[in-house]
Amino acid sequence: MTTFAPGTFKPAPGRGSLPKMLFVHARTEAMLTLRNGEQVLLTVLIPLALLVALSVMSVIPMPEPRVGSATARIFALAIISSAFTGQAIALGFDRRYGVLKRLSASALPRWLLVAGRVCGALVVVALQITLLAVTALVLGWRFPLSGLPWVVLLIILGTLTFGALGVLLGGSLRAEIVLALANIIWFALLMAGGVALSAPVGFIHLLPSAALAEALETSVVHGTAPGAGPVAVLVAWGVVAGALATRTTRLT
Amino acid sequence: MSPNPQPAVEVSGLVKRYGSKTAVDGLDLVQQPGTVLALLGPNGAGKTTTVEICEGFRRADDGSVRVLGLAAGSEELRPRIGVMPQGGGGYPGIRAEEMLNLVAACAKNPLDPKWLIEVLGLGGAARTPYKRLSGGQQQRLSLACALIGRPELVFLDEPTAGMDPQARRLVWDLVCALKDDGVAVLLTTHLMDEAEALADDVVIIDQGRVVAQGTPAELTANRPDDQQLRFRARPGLDTSLLSAALPEGLKVREATRGAYVVEGHIDPQVVSTVTSWCAQQGVLAEELTVAKRSLEDVFLELTGRELRS
Repeated sequence: MTTFAPGTFKPAPGRGSLPKMLFVHARTEAMLTLRNGEQVLLTVLIPLALLVALSVMSVIPMPEPRVGSATARIFALAIISSAFTGQAIALGFDRRYGVLKRLSASALPRWLLVAGRVCGALVVVALQITLLAVTALVLGWRFPLSGLPWVVLLIILGTLTFGALGVLLGGSLRAEIVLALANIIWFALLMAGGVALSAPVGFIHLLPSAALAEALETSVVHGTAPGAGPVAVLVAWGVVAGALATRTTRLT
Repeated sequence: MSPNPQPAVEVSGLVKRYGSKTAVDGLDLVQQPGTVLALLGPNGAGKTTTVEICEGFRRADDGSVRVLGLAAGSEELRPRIGVMPQGGGGYPGIRAEEMLNLVAACAKNPLDPKWLIEVLGLGGAARTPYKRLSGGQQQRLSLACALIGRPELVFLDEPTAGMDPQARRLVWDLVCALKDDGVAVLLTTHLMDEAEALADDVVIIDQGRVVAQGTPAELTANRPDDQQLRFRARPGLDTSLLSAALPEGLKVREATRGAYVVEGHIDPQVVSTVTSWCAQQGVLAEELTVAKRSLEDVFLELTGRELRS
């Protein structure tokens, strides 16, 4: 005799609807990011503070129009913060706490596990960019609307490329090491990777950070299509990182 | 229930190596639908590896594994099974109820998450982030995630590890309810009472091989000369004197301080001899019992009494 009515656990298996699974998973990912104080500091507060600083402090060299250039670069930083550093750290700790194993034991298909994370990251990036764009407009940014489709495409491409790099870093190392490396790389890219300042030397242009910042600058400031060079650099990093990550990423 | 001749789990010749170490070494087992099978073995025997291969988390190096007639790990199979991995799993920052809702969203006909949270005694912790749950609460949440999708077959890897006695009773009760409703349960444990209380079939494995299998009754079968008379008395009695007073073939030892065991064919005459011998010594034999071998005895006999590194 048990305390449960007969038939309580009568089997009725089956997979939930795909759109619902994708929606709930993406919502969960985005919600958890926004609930995490350190993530909000990294993805929202620091870029916001830097946007204001770069726009109003003339000691930092910045091409004219000043606010436009700063906005493009901070968009790039926000994407790197969230898609790369944030994603890597979250993945490192998610693996530590066994959530990937837990979810891949559910009826959630593997591809949806990736798609849900990507959609969650895109939602967070969209919120970041909206907040930064509104701030930039208040600071006097004039956005040539002809650049809008390019900016949207670049934001998506940048999120995917840096997301793949984040998964590559966060998917195989121990959580503490991921935490340290992801922050160090973020800082290095900001200072020397062509984000805060345009790249002084040639090879820096081959970094995805410089490529994203340059491409965004073209579309955000001039409202024109980005050059083929930076886009090719971004795509190449994304494809290589994605291919490597599918081999190296572990569930725990 | 419609008759279903297909086994819930069918493993044959399973081999899994990690580097030079062979974790599972030609293991066979068959679990019938709607039954509870306990995989019993010391730490490192290959229990978790075997279960994780059935769940699709690891690949076999050799042998075949069919789960509900399908290849382990296939997308077709996963909605039909419930899995409780060892140590649980959840986003560090997610609340218990959110985690269960997420897993419920993956199922077509989920149980009511609110109800299940209450059943598992997590009502008070429903809004607690996963990383702040105690080990036992994480285990219970993990069990809820395994059951929420109304699976046909549930894998529970050390389901009661880290749980207090009340939670253990609850898990036992749940396993019995699952079985009554026709759900097959494959669980690993190193708790003998758990296997004895729950399992229809027990498979004892050691060093990656099956060393014994059968129902708990078969494994502890009362062979006539394989009984025990146990009693407690003052420590340090001279057991050789008692041995001399008993018929040939009976062994007497002080198993632990003050706990005496007479092994062999125990008949009423033996019990009488033991009690009168104690009376002659002026000691009171306490907690005197005559018992068959426990599953623990069988287990220790098969897997040795030494500690494993």
